[in-house]
Amino acid sequence: MSGKDNMTTDDENEGRETRGDIMAASPPRTPASALDSDIQAKIGQHLRAMYDDVVRQGVPNRFLDLLAQLDKPSGQTGKKSGGGAGS
Amino acid sequence: MSTLDPGLRDEIIGAIPNLRAFAISLSGSVDRADDLVQETLLRAFANISSFNPGTNLSAWLFTILRNLFRSEYRKRRREVPDPDGAFAATLTTNPDQNSHLDFEDFRTALDKLPPDQREALVLVGASGFSYEEAADICKCAVGTIKSRVNRARNRLGELLALDAAEDLVPEKPLGVSIPSTERL
Repeated sequence: MSGKDNMTTDDENEGRETRGDIMAASPPRTPASALDSDIQAKIGQHLRAMYDDVVRQGVPNRFLDLLAQLDKPSGQTGKKSGGGAGS
Repeated sequence: MSTLDPGLRDEIIGAIPNLRAFAISLSGSVDRADDLVQETLLRAFANISSFNPGTNLSAWLFTILRNLFRSEYRKRRREVPDPDGAFAATLTTNPDQNSHLDFEDFRTALDKLPPDQREALVLVGASGFSYEEAADICKCAVGTIKSRVNRARNRLGELLALDAAEDLVPEKPLGVSIPSTERL
């Protein structure tokens, strides 16, 4: 009666969940598989197009202002207790 | 105390557009993304001494941003779902070499991915990080990143294949049963 041994193999199967998951989640296959490679190419294009669209907006002023503030040790309201910050 | 090496400051500024794009893909909202970037910059300045010059500044900043997002995400699980927002709100111009519909489909599909997968896909597929760098940023194994990227691609492929299949079916012919006006 060594039924326990069988239990342990279940753990092994869990590692393969990845593949099973994808298969399980698969919708009914579309007929054309040429569609697939076409789509994979489009995924890459779209992803970069989206991303680059944001990148192309450059650096909003609020961040330039923030950096300018952070970079200057003594602001008008800043504490000057640091001492000897300028020159 | 905080006067920064000008070269380093320029590098940080140069990374901001990419940080924004990444933050938008994580948070799904432009406003929250910009808040994340701001917080990231504050953290970066406060901890600049812990950055090793010569190492990848961009990856360092991405890591800070991701950690901030993660801790915030745990607190309030995306309480403002913005399904149409994410990238849509940022689109100043419509990059339509392909049809506009394709693009909408893609955005919708991307928003359906689990955060882990979307993050991995964006880091590798758009931000231009290597699998190793992405694994570093996400604090996980390289294999995990690869598997997430693959799953993201597969899932997107499925979602988009469905859309494409639907698009192949012609719409109902126009005006078959629509008597436009009954004029005599």
